[in-house]
Amino acid sequence: MNFDFSEDQHEIKRTARDLLGQRSTLAKVREAAEGKSYDDALWKELVELGWPGIAVSEEHGGQGLGAVELAILCEELGYALAASPFLATVMAAEAIGAAGTAEQQARWLPGLASGEITGALGGASQLVNDADAAAVIVLVGDDGVVRLLPREQADVTVVDSIDPTRRAARVAGEGETLGNGGHDGLDRATVAVSAELVGVGQRALEMTLAYVKDRRQFDTPVGAYQAVSHKCAQMLKDTEGARSATYYAAWAADAGDDGPGLAEPASLAKSAASDGIRDVTANAIQAHGGIGFTWEADVHWFYKRAQVDAALLGGSGLHRRRLIALVGARLAGTAA
Amino acid sequence: MDLTFSDAEAQFRDELRAWFESNDPGEMPEGDDAGYAWRRDWQKRLAADRYAAVHWPEQYGGRGATITQSAIFFEELGRARRPLPANVLGILLAGPTIMTFGTDEQKDRYLAPILTGDEIWCQGFSEPDAGSDLASLKTKAVKDGDEWVITGQKVWTSGAQYSKWCMLVARTDFDAPKHKGLTYFLMDMEQPGVQVRPLVQITGEPEFNELFIEGARIPDENVLGGVGNGWRVALTTLMNERSGLAFFLQVRLRQLLDELIEEAAARGLLDDPIVADRLGYLHTKAEILRLTAYRGLTTIEKYGTPGPEGSLTKWMWSETNQELVQFAADLLGPEALISGEKWAYELLRARGNTIEGGTTEILKNIVAERVLGLPRLKAVTA
Repeated sequence: MNFDFSEDQHEIKRTARDLLGQRSTLAKVREAAEGKSYDDALWKELVELGWPGIAVSEEHGGQGLGAVELAILCEELGYALAASPFLATVMAAEAIGAAGTAEQQARWLPGLASGEITGALGGASQLVNDADAAAVIVLVGDDGVVRLLPREQADVTVVDSIDPTRRAARVAGEGETLGNGGHDGLDRATVAVSAELVGVGQRALEMTLAYVKDRRQFDTPVGAYQAVSHKCAQMLKDTEGARSATYYAAWAADAGDDGPGLAEPASLAKSAASDGIRDVTANAIQAHGGIGFTWEADVHWFYKRAQVDAALLGGSGLHRRRLIALVGARLAGTAA
Repeated sequence: MDLTFSDAEAQFRDELRAWFESNDPGEMPEGDDAGYAWRRDWQKRLAADRYAAVHWPEQYGGRGATITQSAIFFEELGRARRPLPANVLGILLAGPTIMTFGTDEQKDRYLAPILTGDEIWCQGFSEPDAGSDLASLKTKAVKDGDEWVITGQKVWTSGAQYSKWCMLVARTDFDAPKHKGLTYFLMDMEQPGVQVRPLVQITGEPEFNELFIEGARIPDENVLGGVGNGWRVALTTLMNERSGLAFFLQVRLRQLLDELIEEAAARGLLDDPIVADRLGYLHTKAEILRLTAYRGLTTIEKYGTPGPEGSLTKWMWSETNQELVQFAADLLGPEALISGEKWAYELLRARGNTIEGGTTEILKNIVAERVLGLPRLKAVTA
């Protein structure tokens, strides 16, 4: 058993961290959020690096790597809070790659992999990130059927979500059924969101640590007070717990039939990451005190991103109930 | 990243499953002493096939198991619902500490009877005024010829009533800074001046004891790791404390949770969204614990030292176990509160989880200071 990245995977992580640390600073994130615009230069650079196609098969123009490599990039983009349509695009590509028909894959995957077009994925009753500019939208109907909508067949209403670092919309439309019905594809997309949440939590934790070591009250760094330090310990626990579950799910996605399946691990990851990272980012604001509640501080961007990610593809409540339905059925099967 | 177990690991697991399958100690008998004797017999069976301490080197009767294999052993022990060996403190704590710091004579004398359970060990660390602040302990050891004379009191001494030996930390130098004046002794419990008084706990069982020591004598040759070096030796013991055992506890938690899910299913409660939500929450936490513990194994095997995840699993386990038994009581109602019933026992026993083996508050301090690098609060001055 090896619960660590390979050397190549570590290298992907280091490269992504370095690049985003330079290109997607929090000043850039703020500029994008306040200007309601994406950083086009950043997206262009990600496209040139082939990131949108990292998990798309080589047959369809991608790099043919797996869910673990994709999770690494999603985590780093979350860590940087990058303002880009990356997550929406790879979620759509994951769903189409896992569940689309041969025609659907041939039609959409090359464009998504090359970054020539962007995609989006979400629920008909939910917010769908980046739907407005997407060429193709994967839409989960209220009836549970997953459909594929070319942009021109989609009725898209742009809305402002609480996360201004990203665009959101409501989507309606019929489209065509995605391949086999699409649920394994949704599970793969769910892992990608969970990974972004882990990165968001990691950064919120690090910002908070830096702040509480520096900020002094009563002649003492506030991080020395247990009311604060124990909160930070809790933030680490929540982040690491979400990370364990998310890496496990990413591995399960790549392991296919040799692994534990993806339904349980995906819901586990989303349940752990949604709850865990919402708490981490909320605690980050609390530990920053009054400053944390201001527009000036950057910490609120992380809270907002975490809230929207937590809701994407079902909140933790939905995934907890799905999980227990799956576990209950599994246990009943064992008993029989 | 590959979370499948290697062929060697999988083979070890299969071997253990087969062994546990054909080695069943039967039901634990009623009564504390009978129960203990039963666990001692069980240990003898384990030792006979070199399963009592798989992580010990082969020369001492172990199997030289890797940390992952050791985790697999405890997982399978729990999964097979077999008991922990009677001398768990001897196997996990005393033995490895003696291997690290002992002389050849000490290794020859003590290791074999630890393994077979012929000599049970207890841990004389905590005192009424030195629990979390272990370095402040006051039990005194005074040199008298080639012996040390011990006076003091220990508390929370698990299994002392059955023990032949005690890992005793006492103060040999009252002038040295508090971490420096300590010495680690191997104390014979069967001598005048050592009195054991069982402390009955919240469940009604006497799992641990108070230990009153008045003029007990320890020969020089029973100093472990050198006079004045007790703090370092004790830290080695404490570092071994959670090894492997975490996987036994993790599996037991998992089994309890699965039983609760089955119980809820049998009552048709899984369709109740509130029940499903809460069970899903507990399942998530139990899985996070298991996976984080696995991550910790990889970090140790690859990098030699535990990563941040290693500091979190005891905290995760204790918290989740308590939440689990509390929800079981909510879900099952009064029948979970009838004395002697499984859930009633678990409900009470779990209260100790966030105290034993390091309180949650101390674990949070450790995480904050050593993992996150936060500053330490200066001592309060009067």
